[in-house]
Amino acid sequence: MAENRTRVLISKLGLDGHDRGAKLVAHALKQEGMDVIYLGIRHTIGQVVDMAIREKAEYVGLSFLAGDHMTWVPKVIREFREQQADHIKLIIGGIIAKEQIPELKSMGVEQVFLPGTPLKEIANYIKAHATAAEARENGNDH
Amino acid sequence: MKAMNKLKSASERWQDTILKDQLARAPELRDGFTTESGIPVKRLYTPLDVEEIDYLSDIGFPGEFPYTRGVYPTMYRGRLWTMRMYAGFGTAEDTNRRFRYLLQQGMPGLSMAFDLPTQLGYDSDDPLAQGSVGRVGVAVDTLADMEIIFRGIPLDQVSTSMTINAPATVLLAMYIALGEKQGVKPEQLTGTTQNDILKEFIARGTYIFPPGPSMKLAMDVVEYCFERLPKWNTMSITGYHIREAGADAVQELAFTLANAIAYIEAARSRGLDVDDFAARLSYSLGCHRDLFEEVAKFRASRRIFARIMKDRFQAKDPGSYLFRTFSGSCGSTLVAQQPLNNTVRITMHALMGILGGHQAIHTASWDEGHALPAEDASKLSLRTQQILAHESGLCNTIDPLAGSYYVESLTDEIEKRVTAYLRKIDQHGGMLKAIESGYIAGEIQQSSLKSQQAIESGERVIVGVNKYAEEEEDHGEQYLHIDQGIDEQQSRKLAEIRARRDSAAVRRTLRALEGAIDRNDNLMPAMIEAVRCYATIGEICAVMRNRWGEFSDASIP
Repeated sequence: MAENRTRVLISKLGLDGHDRGAKLVAHALKQEGMDVIYLGIRHTIGQVVDMAIREKAEYVGLSFLAGDHMTWVPKVIREFREQQADHIKLIIGGIIAKEQIPELKSMGVEQVFLPGTPLKEIANYIKAHATAAEARENGNDH
Repeated sequence: MKAMNKLKSASERWQDTILKDQLARAPELRDGFTTESGIPVKRLYTPLDVEEIDYLSDIGFPGEFPYTRGVYPTMYRGRLWTMRMYAGFGTAEDTNRRFRYLLQQGMPGLSMAFDLPTQLGYDSDDPLAQGSVGRVGVAVDTLADMEIIFRGIPLDQVSTSMTINAPATVLLAMYIALGEKQGVKPEQLTGTTQNDILKEFIARGTYIFPPGPSMKLAMDVVEYCFERLPKWNTMSITGYHIREAGADAVQELAFTLANAIAYIEAARSRGLDVDDFAARLSYSLGCHRDLFEEVAKFRASRRIFARIMKDRFQAKDPGSYLFRTFSGSCGSTLVAQQPLNNTVRITMHALMGILGGHQAIHTASWDEGHALPAEDASKLSLRTQQILAHESGLCNTIDPLAGSYYVESLTDEIEKRVTAYLRKIDQHGGMLKAIESGYIAGEIQQSSLKSQQAIESGERVIVGVNKYAEEEEDHGEQYLHIDQGIDEQQSRKLAEIRARRDSAAVRRTLRALEGAIDRNDNLMPAMIEAVRCYATIGEICAVMRNRWGEFSDASIP
């Protein structure tokens, strides 16, 4: 059964240490039956991407509360591409201006969750969009 | 006794008749009521609920043990609280402009926010600093930045509170060196370094070094200031961030006091007498949502602390008993949706601080769910405090909620619960051990989950979020936008200083700092030497990183 679970890595990049939201999301996704790798705070892009590949995560969720998301996101996307891991989907949350969402999505962010989003909504989003694990095992995924 | 028996039977009669009839006709809105932190709240409080409280020994008079009613005898009748606005963003020039503006608006105290690279001891041109320069506070690389930030602001005429922890020694050294340049002596400097590293490990995450060396640095500030900066508040032991990380009111106060106990024990083990430094410690707590619970928490904080100082540490100087408090709006109570509603929440925060009898109060700004406060929003929140101070009658008498059966009973209940927590922490072998074992983080996480569940189930109403939500109007143009080019701008400035300064002197002073670390000296004198030569915060912290290593949260289970 465990192999069928969606694997999600949750972390924070850069120097911001406010991890209350990231921890809550990690806990909620676990409750919803997903395999959550919670990496904690102050990681580099390399650490997050390497871990996502090693742990075969389907989703990476990053929390940004310090206004540095526009700097980090393009670099994360580039790193995924360079590591040939662009099948890993990126979702982000935190204090993000609404008008930045289209730009973030055009960079390759799959979804953006703003403050006040119920945890259930994040879980439901992932459930609805995750590739069924069986399909992956049948070789439908690269 | 007789009166109490009479009251008891009258109360029973009321319950069996009037109340019973009403409940039969119309049940109450909920089965049970609790405070925000889950303390059960009764329908009605009467003298029966405060029967066991002894007025003289538990409540007393302001300015006298156990200080439940306030730390000073005349409180706001003698002097209003300091209205502090936390500010700092972008470059030194931006912050200087904002500081001068706030001082012109009649704000007597500055409260300084630093960007994350500064808080973590990285220079603005460090690859790790990318994207964070000037973002949540001002970037300070060298003394040159401090010179610009305080241009036109004489240090003997302001008090400056610096939210700085892991590198507090470096920033204090810069402030002292800046004073020298302005002709202000160290003994004239007034202000505060937050310098509370323990809460970084459990809540805020801006630690650099492992707990041992971190405590050493914190104590260096306490020890150095004891003789040389007698007016400096060496530590602001802070519950605010613990609350913001998800703790409830009881945990916030208990963990803050447990941190205070750990610092006092560390200072004593350096040979300082408790009465030499305790009066220079100050405290900071959050103003959350539940008005009465917060006021009871503030009243209980003074009483518990005074008792700890008297019984546990045998302090003799009354100054050591004072739980002088700076309180601030909990940012987590502010929401992004319908943001102007936050002005009402912020007014409540100020009200809690005032009814709580605090010495300094910070009010957040309505736009903080989206961005750092814009100038207008920041002004409105300062005006909020001024309106309460001058137009509301709140300051006419001391501790006006005292004697409320509910507030006194809740104050007592919070004291009981906090004391029980402190006992548990002692059983863990003290706060350092309780932090390292993950006990504290686990307790906070449980409360954080509980409150999130209460919000998502709708049990805890947040107007505009889980009730009365509506399509959003856009306030985008009113928010503060920080120039994206600030990284390069600040890095360029830093490069110029590196080129201009006396590099040999920098190398020499950094080597001297290394020597001081190896001898386990107090590092303040060596830091002051280094910052005078424009050694950068990154260079100074690199010396310490090399010697002590860095802490990672992976080591907390």
